[in-house]
Amino acid sequence: MKTPVELKYSKTHEWVRFISDTEAEVGLTDYAQNALGDLVFVNLPEVDAEAVKEETICDVESVKAVSDVYAPVNGTVSEVNEELLDAPEKINSDPYGAWLFRLTDVSDCDDLLDADAYAAFCESEEN
Amino acid sequence: MGSYIPSTDEQKREMLEKAGYSCFDDLYHDVPEELKLHGELNLESGKSELEVRKIMKNLSNENTVYSSIFRGAGAYCHYIPSIVKSVVTKEEFVTAYTPYQAEISQGVLQSIFEYQTMICELTGMDVSNASVYDGAVAAAEAVSMCITPKKKKVYVSKGVHPDTMKVVKTYSWAYGNEVIELGLKDGLTDAEGISEDAACIVLQQPNYYGLIEDVHALAAKAHEKGIQVILSMNPFAMCLLPSPAEYGADIAVGEGQPLGMPLSYGGPYLGFMATTQKLMRKLPGRIVGETVDHDGRKAYVLTLQAREQHIRREKASSNICSNEALCALTASVYLAAMGPEGMKEAAVQCYSKAHYLASELEKAGFGRIYQGDFFHEFVTACDDPEALNEKLAVKGILGGMPVEGGILWCCTELNSKEEIDTLVQEVSK
Amino acid sequence: MKTLFERSVKGRHCSILPACDVPVVKPAEAREKALHLPELSETDISRHYTELAKQTFGVNDGFYPLGSCTMKYNPKVNEDAAALEGFTAIHPTQKDAQGCLKLLSMMEKDLSEITGMDEFTFNPAAGAHGELTGLMLIKRYHELHGTPERNKIIVPDSAHGTNPASSSMCGFTVINIPSSEDGCVDLEELRKAVGDDTAGLMLTNPNTLGIFDKNIKAITDIVHEAGGLCYYDGANLNAIMGIARPGDMGFDCIHLNLHKSFSTPHGGGGPGSGPVGCKSFLANYLPGERITVKDGVYAWSERGSESIGKVRGFHGNFLVVVKAFTYLLTLGKEGVPEVAKNAVLNANYLKHLLEDTYDVAKPGTCMHEFVLTLENLKKETGVSAMDVAKALQDYGIHPPTMYFPLNVHEALMVEPTETESKETLDQAAAAFLDIYKTIQENPESLHETPHNSPIGRPDEVNAARHPKLRYHFDD
Repeated sequence: MKTPVELKYSKTHEWVRFISDTEAEVGLTDYAQNALGDLVFVNLPEVDAEAVKEETICDVESVKAVSDVYAPVNGTVSEVNEELLDAPEKINSDPYGAWLFRLTDVSDCDDLLDADAYAAFCESEEN
Repeated sequence: MGSYIPSTDEQKREMLEKAGYSCFDDLYHDVPEELKLHGELNLESGKSELEVRKIMKNLSNENTVYSSIFRGAGAYCHYIPSIVKSVVTKEEFVTAYTPYQAEISQGVLQSIFEYQTMICELTGMDVSNASVYDGAVAAAEAVSMCITPKKKKVYVSKGVHPDTMKVVKTYSWAYGNEVIELGLKDGLTDAEGISEDAACIVLQQPNYYGLIEDVHALAAKAHEKGIQVILSMNPFAMCLLPSPAEYGADIAVGEGQPLGMPLSYGGPYLGFMATTQKLMRKLPGRIVGETVDHDGRKAYVLTLQAREQHIRREKASSNICSNEALCALTASVYLAAMGPEGMKEAAVQCYSKAHYLASELEKAGFGRIYQGDFFHEFVTACDDPEALNEKLAVKGILGGMPVEGGILWCCTELNSKEEIDTLVQEVSK
Repeated sequence: MKTLFERSVKGRHCSILPACDVPVVKPAEAREKALHLPELSETDISRHYTELAKQTFGVNDGFYPLGSCTMKYNPKVNEDAAALEGFTAIHPTQKDAQGCLKLLSMMEKDLSEITGMDEFTFNPAAGAHGELTGLMLIKRYHELHGTPERNKIIVPDSAHGTNPASSSMCGFTVINIPSSEDGCVDLEELRKAVGDDTAGLMLTNPNTLGIFDKNIKAITDIVHEAGGLCYYDGANLNAIMGIARPGDMGFDCIHLNLHKSFSTPHGGGGPGSGPVGCKSFLANYLPGERITVKDGVYAWSERGSESIGKVRGFHGNFLVVVKAFTYLLTLGKEGVPEVAKNAVLNANYLKHLLEDTYDVAKPGTCMHEFVLTLENLKKETGVSAMDVAKALQDYGIHPPTMYFPLNVHEALMVEPTETESKETLDQAAAAFLDIYKTIQENPESLHETPHNSPIGRPDEVNAARHPKLRYHFDD
């Protein structure tokens, strides 16, 4: 399982890449994509939608399941990765390249985990 | 008593004993005594097949079977080719469950894939589902596709079938949508009424009064205001008039009963739904897709299932599970038997015969009350439609549908010139 | 297999219609795009569908223990009755349809008697449609009793997916409550869940684990005391009809699946029929018109302004009701409880034959169905519920319902129904046991099943990622 050190993580298995102090990119972690299996579709949020930390913002579909994606921080959706609409498999093959959406006005991000803490958290989840 | 239980009494005893029970009552030990029925059900005693057949035959004889029908109003009498009945009574199709087990259900799955293709061809749309309950429900489900938390207003033309209006209103009331009825002018939907921001508009072509609406103009007006267009259209009209896609519909729906289903006192019928690529993921119900198996052989499966209730549960936009698969099969066989030329011919005959009847009725003093052109139904003035229909019934004719301002007549390819002439003679008496 | 479109030959056709015998006229505007439908002879069509039928598994092709679907035998006399011209040729708006009205009226009486309800509507076309209708009755009730703020429907986590979906369509918020170990309602959880915002409860009894919830009266009492109503999902009625009645358990409204308990065929996914019954205090809210009789003459009459309106056009799936009515005539008062008893016997007998080999999710007496859990088997051998289901196909058995209910891992839900013989059940058990033997010897081989079907396991991921939902023509 990969957990790049430059990223931050949530306990609901989203990663956050800060572009600036108030802008960030969000995607699903390697651990998440592995647990979800082959993804077949992503219901992306709408641009301008408000992201509320720990609340559902969009969902991803596998053949027989729908899984919620939670906002890891507060913010406003400024862009969504439409490329994933035609190629959801990218989340499986390149989870840290396949960002889902970008946020502006990011806040409330102090309790995000760093790579080591997230890796440890995943291990505890396994057991 | 009739029964379909194969086990003999001795076998039942043996099975009970093996499973560790001394009698049937033991099986129900979880049912509290006070909840058990202690007497007999207040039903008649069971009967033999011979008796049952007689009772059913007698009941059916209490209905009047008309030799000649000039009524549509949402349920249309067309000729049904013999091959249709032959195919749709095949036991495999009749008795199978929904094809969740793809390996042993390729037949049903392929038939639905073919149905979806034919509905796309008829409507001109990109994607069709495997059917919903009927045309009225199809319209209501289409409305649900368009509603968003911010847009909960729905325009419904008063030109739609009264039951479509009722069903859309009932579904909308339950979900909390606001329905705005769009009035008619000379029997046609009044485009002036489209004034507010709304999620969608429901139109019908031809409308309930048989009139051909200017859907191009209505759709353009709606789109201008960001309103999505739901067009309920008669499948025969699609063969002659522009298709729903050509009219600019975002969602095409309709009643598929005319495609090979008998009148059957209102059901089972077939709701068809088709839409654009853009709205594909909002389409409710089952959808069949083509893929391959692990050896690369072509295979069909139920797909995009994550939209549906058994996976999305309370977040699903529709709860539909069982649909009208056998009716969809009926429509497919019917369309295959008629072919493109047969469908066009039937549509032309519907149109021509209705126009012949209208001109003959006019000569007999029953003038049309709306001026616009019509497809295979039209309204004429009539002082007392009920009395007229009683008179016609004696001659084995089912007359038109009584509606506000007169009577709604219908002709299909099934009505011969001779029948039409007889009708006109009778109404003239 | 070729599609109808690939078999099409330009210019080929069936001879169906005579020439037009009135002057031909055409409308002013015309369709632009050519109508692309298959061009075939009757022979082509007939052979095509015979081929498709061979690749379709119906109840007549073999044992069909699909849990929660009640795939019983579909009697032929029902089909004959529904094919009578005196039913098929009747226009839904024609007045002289006394036979149809009388039939619906008698059916309403019979279903009311079997379920302990007061009135029924035949407007809903399927089970889920009936659920939606039932919830609308609950919504209307609260609206008219000054409690429109009651907007929560309580649904156990073991419920059919249609339950929460129907609730949402009705504008309700769904409160999922966890079931206790045996899949029954946890009374403490229920007490915690009810309150001033409770609109009602949706429940199926026997539940989806095939267990009759003996606390049922306490459950409905808790909901009623909190001011909510109780809805009975009739999907599992086959186990108890003629034995106990939802009306006596405290339920206020109910839907039935005529295509389950009442023997009408599933048609590869419909048409079904989902009549909704209720206690008299809800009857004015029912959709569609009411059948009344005066001096022996039957008629439709309006229910009035309290009715929710209509959930489908005309009177519902009438011919399906004809089939179910024919079935009830055949069974009569003696036959109805016999169905339930033998459905329960068959389930317990088959469970007995399997329980020493496979884990049963809830040991003890089951009702009409039982659930196996292959969780341990999967951990030990890697063989999943799906693998066993697919392997059963090679024995000529339709797989049980897989991965449901959701609160059981690696679930296989088995419902034999009463129309299967002891011999069939013995053979099915032998197949299950044979598969178990194979799992012990060569578990890997299970992943390759089925071997004897026209195709192997389809690539569902590909189907969903790259949807191909129609045939595309070359031109």
